[in-house]
Amino acid sequence: MLKKYNINAQIIFLTVVLMIIPFFFENDFYYEIAILSMLNALIVIGLNLLMGYAGQVSLGHGAFAGLGAYISVVLSTTYGLNPLLSIFISVTIMALLSFLISKPILKLKGHYLAMATLGIGIIISIVLEVEEEFTGGSDGMSVDSFVVFGYEFSDSTAWYVLCAVLLVFTIWAFENLINSPFGRLLRSIHDSEKAANSVGIDVSYYKSIVFVISVVIATIAGSLYAFFSGFISPQEASFSHSIELVVMVVLGGLGRVYGALFGAVILTVLPQLLTSFEDYETLVFGCIIIAVMIFMPKGIASLFDNILKKKEQNSASS
Amino acid sequence: MVKNFTLRALALMFISSFIILSASTIKIGAIVAATGPASFLGDPELKTLQHYVKKINDAGGVNGQMIELIHYDTGASPKKAVTFTKRLINQDKVVAIIGPSTSGETMAILKFVKKAKIPLISMAGAVAIIDPVKPYVFKIVATDRMACEKVMADLKKRNLTNLALISGSGGFGKSMRKQCKAVAPKFGIKIVADETYGKKDSDMTSQLLKIKNNKDVQVVLNPGFGQGPAIVTKNYAQLKIKHPLYQSHGVASKKYIEIAGKSSEGVRVVAPPVVVADKLDDSVANKKVALAYKNEYEKTFNSQVSSFGGHAYDSLYIIVNAIKRAGSTNPMKIRDEIEKTQGFEGVDGVVNLSPTDHLGLDTKTGMIMLEIRNGDWTIVK
Amino acid sequence: MIELFGYLLSGVTVGFIYTLVGLGFTVIYNSSGIINFSQGEFVMAGGMSTVFLIYAGLPLGVSFVLAIMITSMIGILLYKLISFSRDSSQISLIILTLGFAIFLRGLAQIIFDKQLHTMPSFVGEGAFEIFETTISYQAVLIIIVASTIVVSLYLFFQKTKTGQAMVAASNNVDAAKLMGINIKKILMLNFAISAVIASIGGILLTPITSTNYEVGIMLGLKGFCAAIIGGLGTPFGAVAGGLVLGILESLVAGYVSSEYKDAVAFVVLLAILFFMPGGIFGNLKSQRV
Repeated sequence: MLKKYNINAQIIFLTVVLMIIPFFFENDFYYEIAILSMLNALIVIGLNLLMGYAGQVSLGHGAFAGLGAYISVVLSTTYGLNPLLSIFISVTIMALLSFLISKPILKLKGHYLAMATLGIGIIISIVLEVEEEFTGGSDGMSVDSFVVFGYEFSDSTAWYVLCAVLLVFTIWAFENLINSPFGRLLRSIHDSEKAANSVGIDVSYYKSIVFVISVVIATIAGSLYAFFSGFISPQEASFSHSIELVVMVVLGGLGRVYGALFGAVILTVLPQLLTSFEDYETLVFGCIIIAVMIFMPKGIASLFDNILKKKEQNSASS
Repeated sequence: MVKNFTLRALALMFISSFIILSASTIKIGAIVAATGPASFLGDPELKTLQHYVKKINDAGGVNGQMIELIHYDTGASPKKAVTFTKRLINQDKVVAIIGPSTSGETMAILKFVKKAKIPLISMAGAVAIIDPVKPYVFKIVATDRMACEKVMADLKKRNLTNLALISGSGGFGKSMRKQCKAVAPKFGIKIVADETYGKKDSDMTSQLLKIKNNKDVQVVLNPGFGQGPAIVTKNYAQLKIKHPLYQSHGVASKKYIEIAGKSSEGVRVVAPPVVVADKLDDSVANKKVALAYKNEYEKTFNSQVSSFGGHAYDSLYIIVNAIKRAGSTNPMKIRDEIEKTQGFEGVDGVVNLSPTDHLGLDTKTGMIMLEIRNGDWTIVK
Repeated sequence: MIELFGYLLSGVTVGFIYTLVGLGFTVIYNSSGIINFSQGEFVMAGGMSTVFLIYAGLPLGVSFVLAIMITSMIGILLYKLISFSRDSSQISLIILTLGFAIFLRGLAQIIFDKQLHTMPSFVGEGAFEIFETTISYQAVLIIIVASTIVVSLYLFFQKTKTGQAMVAASNNVDAAKLMGINIKKILMLNFAISAVIASIGGILLTPITSTNYEVGIMLGLKGFCAAIIGGLGTPFGAVAGGLVLGILESLVAGYVSSEYKDAVAFVVLLAILFFMPGGIFGNLKSQRV
């Protein structure tokens, strides 16, 4: 489906939309939600590559993002390293770590993989909560401001631009990746591992690579969130955050880059809309998840498929 | 289906923003952990705020204007607290903020209230919130340090020097454990055992056995809240440990006695005076307020008063009084008037704030020691 | 030595609690291949409904029966939702049960409240003293009831016609259909049985741990670890898994660090998945993917 549309055209469209949106922002709160949505979208795009294209579930990505963020924060705030360098070191550590654990983990399938990632995620969050000396324990710790080459990111507009650029670049990179031979390889793994194996593809190697990519993106987005909000707590690494991310992927639509974007935006904005339900908030949230899974298991992005299909049918019949 | 929902959600957003725009009210924001692991704090706090705001409005409001309480539930997540703080400041344009319920959340939002110059009265326990003093941040809640000091003083009086800690692993238990370890040496008390348990554990026998078999232990203190302390108390009684057991203000509610049952006999609990408002000496300055609050809360919500709802009452009335005195809803002026609060009789005690003291609660009366006898509280003198 | 005995005994108590929760996972997984992430909320529903029925003035026994019936209806509701779903991929079913868990928590928060609740122990508050340590009457009751449930489940699946049909259906859906077995009914029955076990767990637990609308989250996770450690295969696996978990936790809390006690479950879970993917009994059926 994607091939029909030029990737570059999509990217330009997205860039224009991201440039226009701020004109509708009435105040800083809109920026907050937009920035949160974009940072979530980054993690979810990576997770989507893992889940939707490589077919591997992870119920621990919140924890990876949280751990990565904590490493950046401890390096920059506690040890006074340059924020950019801290993120770079954190990315390196997390890439190595995820590569190491990917070997035994990705051998598992289906539910077992989900459970293993869930287990690792919870262990990470327990460690972050117990090791108070480094992490500030369950009360969390404050984070120094994000200074890059002498420029301090202090106002929302700067953060918006940074996140938007990162988002556009990531989507561009992923679209190209998916339509490259590598992407086709991933899909063949997703369709049938046995078949892929039998034609001599080193399945486990490719799965590891995708896992590492998704963890690296989670680390970057998680770290940026910590710098943006000026505070970090083990909550970032909690089970519920991991679940939230998976719900974003599935809600948006598995295996679709833009699905990930929709999922992230909707699930970031939705809790803000639901506050008016007060006590009924949790109930309504649960109902929405159930309803989407029952009626649109392919996610919100599938709605657009139907629209496109109808259009095509219309144009064909006229 | 989903299209419908999106439409409805959008419509709802428009309607709610319209309502907010159309009414000229004094907007006070509240960030509470009404659900989630700290709902034992946030739930009574939110109920109290809603009830008394309604009461103030029924009596004609403040300076002729109605109060509009805009409250958000964080589920004790600092991340959500940050987002909702920005929403209160930028979107809802509140003149003052009450909350959050927990220390972690409060620390997370400090820099945003500072930047926006909006007064904040936190309902969390940690000393770090107001020490060092920050211009826009107040808190009238007794700190966990006060609770520890009260316990230590009581131990000293009873000549018990070797203390064992068994703490809950939530933020509340951890923070108090840290404070107690810090103040113990001042009272000549040694921590000879230091155990913890998980928030949702169902049996603490292992940890207690360790304490029981430690020959040095003379007395045990259990900082924590919720189901944990009740299970500790039950296991403690089952193991027939003879040392006195102390509980924190986290369980200072009749609910604890109800859940721990007979095992709670003889347990000492450090608590804010409101829990036993009816039993206080008439000489206690804030007895009237505390008792009125206790009675009203228990009557309205049909549940026992705890340590926490009172924080919300005090925060609300300190802000309302400041608005009255300022005759204005300018956040700067409200802040100045809050800082001038003198002799305010609140549920938690008498409050005197100043530019150098943003806690203002008398350390001597902030906490009292209770003992459970015949399933009821008695005040230890 | 006495310390060790105490830790073991405490571990056994907790282990049977995990078993009670883990059993529910096993029943649903074996019949449908679904991991039900709302299992912990079934436990909560059982406990909370009982407490509030007692508050409403109903006698203990009636409250139990009603609460169990309510929870089994919840189980059937979940099955209905799953069967409505247009897609039965694992990921969407995981999310569906997670959503159902959130829904149940939200519902409990509105119908009941956010407070802690307890009910009197029906066997009395006391405890047996063994050497220098103790085990409460309620804990003994839990052990007895859990064992009874395990044995009855085993007998049910092995010895009764319905039970055998259920096993057959889960092993080979097509063959079962050919034999005229009504798969839908059987799956529904499994969800109901699982919910009934969970609600019994919830009722038995409440006098010990007390209950509130969120109590299901951690219980669910631990029960789930117990089920996997035991291999998800048989009811006996859940017992073994629960006991291993409970005892290890208790030993770690006693000898190592009570702070890291909660991590034990997940470390063991990973070890089992990596090194003994069939659970400690190694009797797991070939993976259903």
